Amino acid sequence: MKHKVATTVNGRRYEHEVEPRLLLVHHLRDNLGLTGTHIGCDTSQCGACTILVDGMAVKSCTMFAVQAEGRSLATIEGMARDGELHPIQQAFWDEHGLQCGYCTPGFIMAAAYLLATNPNPTEDEIRKGLEGNLCRCTGYVNIVKAVQTAARTMGGAKAPAEKKAAMATGGE
Amino acid sequence: MAITTMIGAKIHRREDPRLVSGHGRYVDDMTRPGMLHMNVVRSPYAHAKIRSIDLAAAKAAPGVQAVYTYADFKDHIAGGLPVSNSFVAEKKQVPNQFPIAHDEVVYQGEPVAVVLAEERYQAADAAQLVEVEYDQLPAVMNIEKAMEKGSPTAHIGAPDNIGWELTYAPENPDVMKEADVVVKERILQQRLFPIAMEGRGLVADYDNYDKRLTLWTSSQVPHFIRLFVGTACGLAESQVRVIAGPDVGGAFGSKLRPYPEEYLAVVSSKLSGHPVKWIEGRTENLVATTHGRGQIFDIEVGAKKDGTLVALNVTQYIDLGAYQGVFGAFQAVACLLAGGAYRWKHVASRTVGVLTNKTSTDPYRGAGRPEATHLVERAVDLIADKIGMDPAEIRRKNFATEFPFTNNFGLVYDSGDYNGSLDKALKIAGYDQLRREQAEGRKHGRYLGIGLSTWIEICGLGPSAATAPAAGVALVESSQVRVLPTGSVTVYVGTHSHGQSHDTTFAQIAADTLGVPYESIELRHGDTAEGPAMGYGTYGSRSVAVGGMSIRKSCLKVVDKAKKLAAHILEASEEDIVFDQGRFHVKGSPDKVKAFGEIAFASYGAGLPEGMEQGLEAVSYFDPPNFTWPFGAHVAVVEVDPDTGGVDLRKYIAVDDCGNVINPMIVEGQIVGGIAQGIAQALYEEVVYDDDSGQLRTGTLTDYLVPTANEMPEMVLDNTLTPSPTNELGVKGIGEAGTIAASAAVINAVVDAVSPFGIKHVDMPASPDRLWKMIKEARN
Repeated sequence: MKHKVATTVNGRRYEHEVEPRLLLVHHLRDNLGLTGTHIGCDTSQCGACTILVDGMAVKSCTMFAVQAEGRSLATIEGMARDGELHPIQQAFWDEHGLQCGYCTPGFIMAAAYLLATNPNPTEDEIRKGLEGNLCRCTGYVNIVKAVQTAARTMGGAKAPAEKKAAMATGGE
Repeated sequence: MAITTMIGAKIHRREDPRLVSGHGRYVDDMTRPGMLHMNVVRSPYAHAKIRSIDLAAAKAAPGVQAVYTYADFKDHIAGGLPVSNSFVAEKKQVPNQFPIAHDEVVYQGEPVAVVLAEERYQAADAAQLVEVEYDQLPAVMNIEKAMEKGSPTAHIGAPDNIGWELTYAPENPDVMKEADVVVKERILQQRLFPIAMEGRGLVADYDNYDKRLTLWTSSQVPHFIRLFVGTACGLAESQVRVIAGPDVGGAFGSKLRPYPEEYLAVVSSKLSGHPVKWIEGRTENLVATTHGRGQIFDIEVGAKKDGTLVALNVTQYIDLGAYQGVFGAFQAVACLLAGGAYRWKHVASRTVGVLTNKTSTDPYRGAGRPEATHLVERAVDLIADKIGMDPAEIRRKNFATEFPFTNNFGLVYDSGDYNGSLDKALKIAGYDQLRREQAEGRKHGRYLGIGLSTWIEICGLGPSAATAPAAGVALVESSQVRVLPTGSVTVYVGTHSHGQSHDTTFAQIAADTLGVPYESIELRHGDTAEGPAMGYGTYGSRSVAVGGMSIRKSCLKVVDKAKKLAAHILEASEEDIVFDQGRFHVKGSPDKVKAFGEIAFASYGAGLPEGMEQGLEAVSYFDPPNFTWPFGAHVAVVEVDPDTGGVDLRKYIAVDDCGNVINPMIVEGQIVGGIAQGIAQALYEEVVYDDDSGQLRTGTLTDYLVPTANEMPEMVLDNTLTPSPTNELGVKGIGEAGTIAASAAVINAVVDAVSPFGIKHVDMPASPDRLWKMIKEARN
C-alpha cells in the first residue's frame, strides 16, 4: 500500500505516492531525481547521504520517505544560488577538499549544519562535527581546512545568527 | 620551447564545480528506458556444495522479469576471469573463476543466481526468495594450515592449496655468515578492505538489433573491461563501448579488473532484452570486491656490528582467496623491492601464494610496495635496536647513493637523494629534541615513540619489455590530441581519473606543450568510443609518468606539423620557424608571426604545402624506457598509554620526492590521502574471518574501523625535488606514496615507544587490545 508524501525540497514542493518502506535517500534520488545525495554504505556509517531536514543534518538513509511528510529538506543541489556556489562549496573547491567527490555532498551538508550551530568552530570541533562522515581520498586535512575557510567567509561569529542559519539551509 | 607557465602551478581543479554542487555523474545516477535492476544472490558459506536451487518463488514475485543461474550463463560466457602473470609467470594452480557458481561455492559472497526486476526493492525482495540448498564443506581459512599436507582443499578435488611458489633468489648462507648479528621476525600484513566510497556498479545495455553493447561501469580500466568482458560474452571489441563512470567515486586498485557482475549483467541484458543496472551495496562490497594485502612475511636480516647491512632473507605467504586475483601476483613485487633504499650484499626472496575460501586479494593502493617498505623498514630498525644504533644513522650508513642504482634483482632505480629527504624530515620533526623528550618522558612513565620510514617505490608502469611478459599486454599509454579549426583542443587519454585530478593536471601539460590557453583544452577520458584504440588505465601511480608523457608526445606531433604549415604560410624554411608560447615566428623577424589558432584554421583550409593532408591531430603511445622511482622520508611521533594500549599519533612529517611536480596542490592531496590509508592499516583496519565457520566477522562498516577526521594526526608536508631521468617531464608518480610509506613509520614509532618493555615488534593493526596484551605480558 502506498502513502502520500509531500515535502519541500530546496524550496520546491513535491508530492508522491510511496511505499512506506522507501528510504528517504532513494526517494530523493529515484523519485525526485536529486542524485547529488549519494549512498556509500548500508549501515549509516558513511554520511554520504547527509541532507538537512528542517535545518538539521540527517543521514537520509536512516529515514523513511514517509517520515519526511510536511518537512522542509535541503540537499546539495539547493546550496548554490543564482549560479554562485555556497561559501562551503567554494571553500571545498579552494582548499582541494575533495578528490573523487563521492563523499563531498554529504560533507558539505554536514558542514552546513555544523556552521549553522557553531559558526566559529575550533579544529577539534570541526573534526568532531564531521565524525559521522567518511572520506577515503583526502585524509580529511583539506576538508577541515575547507570548513575553516567557509567559517571565515561566512562571517564566523560576527554574522547575525538568522542569516547564517539561512545560508546553511539554503533558505531565503 | 621555453615556457612552463602551467606546469608546476597550483591550479584549482576543473572537476570540482560539478562535484561540489551535486552534479557528478556516477553510475547509480543514471537510468535507461526499460531498465531492470539486478540483484545478485550470493553464497552465505565459505565452502559448500550446491545441492539444489529453487527459483519458483522468486520468479513469481512482484516485478520480477527473470531469474538466471549458471545454467543460463554457461553458453554465453567463454572461459572465466583472466589471471595475469604479473610477477609470477608460472603458477602451480589457477582455478578457473566462472562468473557464477555451478555446483560448488568457494567463498562467502560468490554469485549463485541473479534476479532482474523492475524496481530496486523488488529485485532485493525476490533475491530473498531464491532457495538454495547447500551441503557445507570444510573451509580453508588459515594460510599456514592450508599449506600443511593433508589440509582440506579450497576447491573440491584440488591436489593442495598452493597457487604458486617461486624463488626469486635463493638464500646464500655464506653471505649471511658474514653478519655479526642476525635477527628473525615474522611480520603480518593483515587483510584490508579497499573501501572506495562509491562501491562498484554498472549499467549494461545490449542492443539486440544493432548488436552493440554499452556498459557503464565504475572502473579504473575501461579498455581492459571492453577487451575481457566484451570478448568473453561473444562480442567483437568494436561492438562494445565501455564508459567508466563517467565519474568514479574512488577505486584504490579495487576497480582495476573485470568482475563477475560485469559479465553477468551483460549477458542478462542480452537475454532479457533490457538494460540492466546493478549497484553494489556496502555489505555486499565487503565480500564481492577484492581485498588487499593478507600476507605473512618471514624475514631474517643480518648486519655487521657497525650497522652495515649484509643479507636479507624474505619469504612472502599470500592469502590469495578462492580464486587468484586478476593482478594478484603483482603483490609479489614486494619480494623484488625487499631491499628498499639500501645496499645489501645479498637479498633472497621467495613467494608462496595460498588458496583459501575467501574473497580474492588483488592490488590495493601500493600493492606489494607498502609490504616491501614495511618489512625492510622494520628489518633495519630491528638491526638498529640489536646493535644499539640510532635508526636514522643505520639508514644513512646503508642508503644507495649512486644513481642509477641497480638493486639485487636487477631493477634500476632512476634517481634519488635518500639522505636529502631524511635530513629534511628529521629537521622538520626536530628529531634530536624528540629523542631528548623521549628519554625524559620515560623517566616519568610516558612512552613516546619516533618512527622512520625511508621509503622507495617502483611506479610508472611500465616499459613494454618488462610489462608485456608480466601482464600479458604492454602497459604503455596512449593519447590523442585534436586541434579543432578554431584552435581549441580536445585531449583524449587512455588513463582514467577517479580522484586523481587528471582533467586539471593533464590540461596543464597540454596547455604548456601547445602554448594555448588552459581554458581552451577539453580533457576526455573513460569512454572507449573516444580517442585512441587502446588505453591502459590508471593504477600503480602511472598516469603522469606514462600517460602525461603520451600527451606531451601527441602535442609535440601537432606542433611539428603546425610548424611546417607556419613555414609555408610565412614563406620561410621550417628550420627558421620559432615556436614560442603558442606563436610561430620567423627567426629574427618577430613580426612575421602566426598564432596557433591561425595555423589550426589554416590546416583545415586550402593551399597546404604539397603532400600535406588537412587537419591537425595526433595519436601517440608512450613506452617508457624504465620504471620511475619516487622516494621520501616519513617520521611518525606517537605516545602509547601503557595502561590502555592506546596509541596517540601526535604528529606525522612527510618529505616526499616525486620528481617534477605538475600541480603541487594535487600532489599534496594525494600524499595526505595516501598517508591516511597507511595510518588506517597501521592502527585501525583489519578484515577478520572466523577460522571455524568461514564467516566474515567484519561484514559491515560497523565492524571495520575506517578512520574518521578524529583519527587523523597533524601532518607536516615538505618535499625534495630530484627529477626523473626516465622521461622528459622529469615526473615520477605520487598516487600511492603516502600509503607505501606510512604503515612502517607508524609501527616503527609504536615499537620504539614500547621498546622499554622489551617489545621488539608489533603487528598491525596496533590496536589498544593488541598493545595492552603485549605490554601486560611483557611486564609479567
